[in-house]
Amino acid sequence: MPETDNLRTEEGPSTEITRRRFILGVIAGGAVVGAASYRILAPGGRGRSFGGERLITLNVNGKPRRVEVMKQETLAWTLRYKLGLTGTKLGCDRAECGACTVLVDDVPHYSCSLLTNTVRGRKVTTIEGLAADDGTLHPVQQAVVEAQGFQCAFCMSGFVMATVGYLKAHPSPTRTELAHGISGNLCRCQDYMKILDAMMLGAEKMRRA
Amino acid sequence: MAVIRDVMPAFDLLQPESAGDAQKLLQQHGSDAWVMAGGMDSLDWLKDRIKKPGVLVDLSGVEELKGVRATGDGVEIGAMTTLTEIANHPGIRKNYGLLAQAVELVASPQIRNQATLGGNVSQDVRCWYYRGGWPCYRAGGNICFADTPVGRNREHAIFGANRCVAVHPSDSVPALIALDAKFVVQTSGGERVVDAEDYFVGPEDDITRINMLRPGDLLTAIRIPAAWAGARFYFEKVRDRNVWDFPLMNVASAARLNGGTIAEIRIAVNAVSPRPMRLQAVEAAVRGRAADADTGEMAGKLAVEGAVPLQYNAYKIPLMRNLVKRAVAGAGQPQGSSTLASNALAQEATCRS
Repeated sequence: MPETDNLRTEEGPSTEITRRRFILGVIAGGAVVGAASYRILAPGGRGRSFGGERLITLNVNGKPRRVEVMKQETLAWTLRYKLGLTGTKLGCDRAECGACTVLVDDVPHYSCSLLTNTVRGRKVTTIEGLAADDGTLHPVQQAVVEAQGFQCAFCMSGFVMATVGYLKAHPSPTRTELAHGISGNLCRCQDYMKILDAMMLGAEKMRRA
Repeated sequence: MAVIRDVMPAFDLLQPESAGDAQKLLQQHGSDAWVMAGGMDSLDWLKDRIKKPGVLVDLSGVEELKGVRATGDGVEIGAMTTLTEIANHPGIRKNYGLLAQAVELVASPQIRNQATLGGNVSQDVRCWYYRGGWPCYRAGGNICFADTPVGRNREHAIFGANRCVAVHPSDSVPALIALDAKFVVQTSGGERVVDAEDYFVGPEDDITRINMLRPGDLLTAIRIPAAWAGARFYFEKVRDRNVWDFPLMNVASAARLNGGTIAEIRIAVNAVSPRPMRLQAVEAAVRGRAADADTGEMAGKLAVEGAVPLQYNAYKIPLMRNLVKRAVAGAGQPQGSSTLASNALAQEATCRS
């Protein structure tokens, strides 16, 4: 969209509401309303905060994020609906598909199957945290772009996070080893060969970087 | 059961930082408390709203329950040690490769990164009627939905059924039984150390419990004695898919050979019965015999004596015969993970020969 970009440069910082900003705004607003309603609806008063939210600080993508979470809330839920990090996908919510994979202390985990309260004090990395601050993509992301590894790409962020986590521990895998290493992710488009091509390219790029 | 239904119902979350505190909390809340280790089994129950504990005691912050320690006699593995850590631990790989092999075949990489040994041995059965919240015997009801003419029981028991026909789903347990592991349990009456096979409770003794833990009890560690370090090991797991799936059956054996003869052996099979099975009759029968295909053949036939198949799981009888045969014959046999299709081929070959 070169034309739009030019317009924006001429006008300075854009004040128009883009679709993405609108959605992010709704998410942030929803979180506030949600939090308030839980306060009001929570039974038992102050001492027993069943169903209520508590303000905690999470380390997400290298930044401290203060967020109100329920005791029974999963990390995937917090990331998507409280912090607006919707790159993490919820496929099955049952540790059966891998779409919600994030790194916790550099190790891949299904964020649908972790209570948010159990990752306090630990380092959470999502797909949004891979690219450098200047926008340079992570080598594995770049490899996905170049090799066009995915068809519909709903499973993509999970695959990328699983691969990045695996490569941190095993920088030079064979194709078979990598396939085993990221076998905890499903692709319903059955695009596995192309995904593996892309991820092997990503591994190579990481070694060169 | 992949249905996303908003967030789980509310519970109180308690996060102790020591085993002592955890036990105190568990005793304080009794049957209202649910112990969560890695959460891989727990969260399914909670998300499906089948179990609704008032209090969840999360053990993930209890550092003293994590890690592998060398002891005077073998190793002690903390109940909260992850399966990935066990599979990668150099000492376990070197001396107790059977366990490393077994936990490496559990579920998927992400699950192994989070699932713990204590959780893996203490997980509940996978019978979908029970897990779906049907009021079956195990759930305290008065019927088994799996053992009816139309019940879906392909994955169910061929041994030890007693009203309940669900099987124990763990992969690590047969390896731990073969290694003669001891489970360390903290109870209100003090510490109890039990043999691996005695940790589990069959439906004939208490149909609503799968292991000896009562409300307030805590499994803290599993000890593996040095006696079986570096023995000849065999592990095989058969499942429908090579990732994620629970075993249709698995087998583990640890053997000491004297020349070509079996001097000592321990064999355990899981996913055939509500309680993990140690095959003591087979162990006794093969002791002193050559570790070869003939002895394996005999062991396989003996192992399936008395098996009672249900409507859809008769395949488990030849499957068990083959797995036990290989676990006894040992060397030169394929190990690791396989699917039913590859086993059917092996079975055909056995029938022809």
